[in-house]
Amino acid sequence: MSKTEPTALERFTNGILPENPIYRQFLGMCPTLAVTGAMKPAMTMAAATAFVLVSANVIISLMRGLLRPHLRILVFTLTIATFVTIADRFLEAYFYAMSKELGPYVPLIIVNCIIISRCEICASKQSVGVALADALGMSLGFALALASLATVREILGSGSWFGVTLLPAGWPHWTIMILSPGAFFTLGLLLALVNWVGRRRAEAAALRARIKG
Amino acid sequence: MEMLITLLQIAIGAALINNFVLHYFVGICPFLGVSRRTDTALGMGLAVTFVMSIAALLSWVFTYYLLRPGAPLPAWVWQAVGGKSGVVIDLSVLSYIMYIFVIAASVQFVEMYVRKFFPALYKSFGVYLPLITTNCAILFACLEIMKHLQDPTRLWGLPEALTLAVGGGLGFTLAIVLMAGIREELDQCDVPHSLRGPGIALIVAGILAMAFMGFAGVDRGIETTVTILMK
Repeated sequence: MSKTEPTALERFTNGILPENPIYRQFLGMCPTLAVTGAMKPAMTMAAATAFVLVSANVIISLMRGLLRPHLRILVFTLTIATFVTIADRFLEAYFYAMSKELGPYVPLIIVNCIIISRCEICASKQSVGVALADALGMSLGFALALASLATVREILGSGSWFGVTLLPAGWPHWTIMILSPGAFFTLGLLLALVNWVGRRRAEAAALRARIKG
Repeated sequence: MEMLITLLQIAIGAALINNFVLHYFVGICPFLGVSRRTDTALGMGLAVTFVMSIAALLSWVFTYYLLRPGAPLPAWVWQAVGGKSGVVIDLSVLSYIMYIFVIAASVQFVEMYVRKFFPALYKSFGVYLPLITTNCAILFACLEIMKHLQDPTRLWGLPEALTLAVGGGLGFTLAIVLMAGIREELDQCDVPHSLRGPGIALIVAGILAMAFMGFAGVDRGIETTVTILMK
């Protein structure tokens, strides 16, 4: 553990790429694979998770002085479960079809490890502002990862993006991309792509440093 | 007879056709994290099955008597305090909090029990036992049971709920042990550098999921098979 905790801005930017919850930390895999068959459910899921993450982080950060070490995980999960109930009821009331489509994956946000890990790593130690920035950055990173997966799967699987048809009518829909195997393949290959780009950039940076020095 | 067919359909549906990991994507974290060796994978799978059964039992009891729309316990309290008749009380807004409580409590209970009576098994589980609390497969099983207790005309009884939990847990065990067997072999292979670690594991999982799609429709044959066997 470092002695100086990261500032709000660092927390925010870290969440987007350097510590991206999906591609770097491999957290929250279950909604990532389950709801990314198309853009609409993926973005609804990202929004619901963002709401829960921001609310839980802020509340936990506000009561960080009252937390007891052996009870903290219980407090985290109960706080998260409360906000998930709110999000679930809201979706059911205003977006009924979407709530039916997401099914059990909205209540499953409770056990999404991203949120518990952010409460543990950031919110239970730092002030409200930092916790808020951290939650926003992480939510943005999560949303970007979901969007990347959903884009690939929806375009290849149904030839559309956000429900708008993109590919010509002759496109043979790769139905497998919408089904469960497609989720595993897409995430595996995108992960490889991120690793490959990351390694290339690290090698290029090392080369530049050697030329300069 | 009819009961047997229903139970078989639920069990095979949960274990093979709609496998928890490969179809519903729940329990992916231990599926990728604890699948390096077959023996730990088997232990993890059985522990999850056990906790899932206990959590399913408790959550069925709570949902049936307390939380579902028209549950007997709140109705009785309502009458005892002299509320108007003809009111259906629905406490399902509390169900998520209740399930998380039930799961955390049963994991704690199982941990204490195993530590006291099976110390060797406890040592081999290590850190994985408490981690089952955040395993989404268990909450998913509770939610499935809740879904089947919402419609008052077709309520699930305790046998159906337990069958779903045991079947789903065994399906999880099957998937994680298969995965561990494949990954033990993969250690000998020359995997492309960028795919090493979770990348190749996900692709293997995709191929497994494709294989499990072949089970679709098996449940439709159960009824005829059981009828023939009974004759």
